[in-house]
Amino acid sequence: MTTPPSPPTRRRLLMALPLVGVGAVGVGFWKMLSGMQNGAFNPHDINAPVLDRPVPDCTLPGLPPQDGFGTAELRALTAPVLVNFFASWCIPCLAEMPTLMTLKDRLPLWGIAYKDKPDNAAGFLRHSGNPFTRLGQDSAGRVGIDWGISGVPESFLVGPGGIIRWHSAAPLTEDTITSTILPLAQKLRTP
Amino acid sequence: MLSPELGHYALALACVLAAVQGILPLIGAHRRDVRLMGLAPGLACGQFIALVASFACLIHAAVTDDFSVQNVAANSAVSKPLLYKITGVWGNHEGSILLWALILGLCGAAVAAFGRSLPSALRARVIAVLGLVATGFELFCLTTSDPFARVWPAPLDGQGMNPLLQDPGLAFHPPILYTGYVGFAVPFAFAIAALMEGRVDAAWGRWVRPWAVAAWCFLTCGIAMGSWWSYYVLGWGGYWFWDPVENASLIPWLTGTALIHSAIVVEKREALKIWTVLLAIGTFSFSLSGTFLVRSGILNSVHAFANDPARGVFILGLLGLVIGGSFLLFAYRAPSLTAGGLFAPVSREGALVLNNILLCSLCAVVLTGTMYPPFMALLAGRTLSVGKPFFDATTIPLALPLFIFMGFGPMLPWKRAHLWPVLNKLWLATGLTGVAALIAARNLSGALPVLCAAAAVWIIAASVSDIAGRIALLRAPLLTSLARARALPRSIIGAAIAHAGVGITVLGLAAMSQAQHLIVEVPVGTTEHLAGYDWTLTDVREEPGPNYTALTATLEVRRGGAVIALLRPSKRSFNSQNQTTTDVAIHTNLLADLYGVLGDKHGTDANPTYVLRLHYNPLAPWMWLGALVMAFGGALSLSDRRVRIGAPQRARLSSTKTGAA
Repeated sequence: MTTPPSPPTRRRLLMALPLVGVGAVGVGFWKMLSGMQNGAFNPHDINAPVLDRPVPDCTLPGLPPQDGFGTAELRALTAPVLVNFFASWCIPCLAEMPTLMTLKDRLPLWGIAYKDKPDNAAGFLRHSGNPFTRLGQDSAGRVGIDWGISGVPESFLVGPGGIIRWHSAAPLTEDTITSTILPLAQKLRTP
Repeated sequence: MLSPELGHYALALACVLAAVQGILPLIGAHRRDVRLMGLAPGLACGQFIALVASFACLIHAAVTDDFSVQNVAANSAVSKPLLYKITGVWGNHEGSILLWALILGLCGAAVAAFGRSLPSALRARVIAVLGLVATGFELFCLTTSDPFARVWPAPLDGQGMNPLLQDPGLAFHPPILYTGYVGFAVPFAFAIAALMEGRVDAAWGRWVRPWAVAAWCFLTCGIAMGSWWSYYVLGWGGYWFWDPVENASLIPWLTGTALIHSAIVVEKREALKIWTVLLAIGTFSFSLSGTFLVRSGILNSVHAFANDPARGVFILGLLGLVIGGSFLLFAYRAPSLTAGGLFAPVSREGALVLNNILLCSLCAVVLTGTMYPPFMALLAGRTLSVGKPFFDATTIPLALPLFIFMGFGPMLPWKRAHLWPVLNKLWLATGLTGVAALIAARNLSGALPVLCAAAAVWIIAASVSDIAGRIALLRAPLLTSLARARALPRSIIGAAIAHAGVGITVLGLAAMSQAQHLIVEVPVGTTEHLAGYDWTLTDVREEPGPNYTALTATLEVRRGGAVIALLRPSKRSFNSQNQTTTDVAIHTNLLADLYGVLGDKHGTDANPTYVLRLHYNPLAPWMWLGALVMAFGGALSLSDRRVRIGAPQRARLSSTKTGAA
């Protein structure tokens, strides 16, 4: 190999950019992996900033024939309700539906169709089953912003008085339901 | 004879051969030692033969139901049909890594076989780089994903295969897709070899391009098969879900498409050299990291079948070595590559640069959408999912200008051009596009589908008029045109066909936005109306299959009283996994698909009702047909005379040995 003539520094820096980028991404991945191994990082877990606060102001039109809901209905709650954001375009939501169907007899579920066309959302629920007793539409995604959701599916356990008691940004599993949600809901029912 | 131990031994042998293949020819090329460089082709072929032997042993174990092999016990069963016993070998993590290594070995052997016209130092380096990459993957296979591990005591029957994978489309999907992914290892090796030599010239561009085009053809087919599979197996009626696994194949396809275009500029004009080298490295890096990050569990997907952070660490180390190492070399050597070939903004080069910018922007957008969720989770502690709305909103504005430039880009002359004469040749295509836009506006709802349909017609019409213009169709006697067509380089015809293929796919996508569907819950005997057809559920019955029982419905589709099609969608229950799959029924007349899915059974046993999904999908087959046309265009350009005879070498020979030939 012959030594090349020394090019200008600017050119050198430019050519080193991909390496820097790859390095940064690589460090990120390494942190994720080591975090996943010791349990410190889970790409599907999240701590919401809305915990133990009243639900944000919102009014959600219903998806006929089901009624929508809003802050008034949520604040008037006397027993806990699980509010679930979903969308027909979201694959994890589809995967989550069977779990919600098993949950619906143990806990009231209120659904919010997030950034979805009414027809699509209705078709999605006809196909995969409809576990929701009330169904609101957030077609513009504004309510989602107020609730601080970052994607779908996301679930909020809203306690009496409309206080958000628990939050998950991942599809619910049978394990989460039995170990976390149902005990918490039980505790909220008997103050 | 073909014992798993032999397979394990052959894999270890392949790994050693790959390591030698990765080291000795490099030393040889450095010292200009002809004998060491000459070892490269033999080692590459030896490594490939060892891998074939290893793979044959794994297939043998699967076919003979050797459940003492853990991989077979976990993924096969006595009752599984023979075809799926064979294809099931790569339907799991360990087997697919071995397949990956096998195809990488095939790439090395192919360079050894077809690369005789390459300068010996370049060939030695290319084969050596392939050997180094192969060493890493074979080590990965041997240490963390051993497909030949035994279990004791051996179970009497295996656990069977994921029924979703028991499908002819998916059975042959991985080999084709992997050939596409791994095929980009060859342009990558060429790029690394060029960086080591510190020289990129027109001849390099000409050598790299056929390999990139071949890999691109396979990747195109692989992506289309994956999308087709999700269309007819998953039963959701859709074809693209922006799932991380789908994006993992789309990202290298986008950069690979940019690569096969920018390599033309290197070949013809010796410009864009550094950029092309970067694309070659980047494309293979995306192939590698995409497929392997999905396996590590960082990118979670409904498709991923092996999530194991422990494996992830090995993969990440390997990726760090391969990708980090090559970008380190790039940072060190690329500044010394000389730039060349000036050109005006309006020129063929200019159009190709624009193509590269748009394709790479598309790639950046898809990459952002895919990587944003895990990185946000890491940096801000928030998890989010990026869905279809984001991708639709960001990709379409970038794709539309790309489609427009695709029309006239190939007609621009090199170096400096004027737009007017080119557009002048396209008045017919422009007129057709206008007519198409009017027809689309009448029949399609929504501005975007109309724009896409018009763009699709524009691409097809412009490609046809490009060829028609070159052969002077209708302007000269027909025989003259035919003679001209025969004399036209195949690569030009191939490119036009590939572009038309894009048009066909886009037309399919535009029409599919008008798909209609209906989900109903009905008893037998009910008639539903959708898209002008009457769909009658006439019968539902249980039927036994080889390793499942099927609940099959019969749907009679009538139009104006005449029976158009009998659809027989079914649900299959696989006994060994307690899993059910939907078997979609599709009737196509190539202009539209009638698509029926049988859902759950409800109601009492005396009065059962069935959930039915009925879809009317206009032009759906065109999406995959277009991909096939694209791949065919690529293959046709590979058969170009200039690619076959290795023109640069002949030119070199005749210049050094004038008179001898």
